[in-house]
Amino acid sequence: MLQYLALAAILFTIGVFGVLTRRNAVGILMSLELMFNAANINLVVFNRYIGPDNLVGQIFALFVVVVAAAEAVVGLAIVLLLYRNWRGIDVDHINIMKW
Amino acid sequence: METVANFISDVSANPLFYFIAFVTIASALCVVTLKNIFHAALFLILTLFSVAGLYILLHAEFLAVAQVLIYVGAVSVLIIFAIMLTSRLASRKIVQSNEQVTVGIFVCFLFLLVSIGSLYNTYWNGIDAPLPENNILTIGKLLMTDYVLPFEVVSIVLLAALIGAIVLAREERS
Repeated sequence: MLQYLALAAILFTIGVFGVLTRRNAVGILMSLELMFNAANINLVVFNRYIGPDNLVGQIFALFVVVVAAAEAVVGLAIVLLLYRNWRGIDVDHINIMKW
Repeated sequence: METVANFISDVSANPLFYFIAFVTIASALCVVTLKNIFHAALFLILTLFSVAGLYILLHAEFLAVAQVLIYVGAVSVLIIFAIMLTSRLASRKIVQSNEQVTVGIFVCFLFLLVSIGSLYNTYWNGIDAPLPENNILTIGKLLMTDYVLPFEVVSIVLLAALIGAIVLAREERS
């Protein structure tokens, strides 16, 4: 069990690193997917080893997958919009919503 | 089939787990560090596949299939689509990472240290009881009885995301 949880922690950390260091907005979205997957691994592991009498953890993981898909759709639409209006998706330059 | 399932499930510390874990971590590192964003997307597909393998090791067969269908089939195609549409940025030799790499490594190392440390210092009370037989049947029953409201809400979320994406990405013709 602990190996799975450690693997999920490492995967989440890699995702955090990607979000912190990527410039490309698509790269940031890909790192977000890594973090979603780490959370999902945790849910399934807890389902397997803490509460194996029903499958609630897997149901939650399924919902997370669906919400992650919705997030990817909206995020990539925003990226395309940014690309069309700014001719670039470098998040360092997209700061009109910064105060 | 039975023996294969037993072989996969019996020991959580089996060599297959370490192989899949290695593939997951290596390809995830490639996702966040590669200069070519398209190659990073291909490695993301590999990562998602190996996470599906982990689900199979954890007896979540339905989730593994859903992972392959939704992530590998839909989300990664969407990401590659977006990379193609913004290809002018990926093809040029521009730096894909910002100046926070050193600080990022430091912060992530600290985060990993804290999370792994708390992980191994917690008493988890884990049990190795078998999951309900017939995974898909149980999930289907739960989704149609106890979790029917979240199920419907999540379908509305998907619909809203779909409409929102169309409205956002549509060309303005005025």
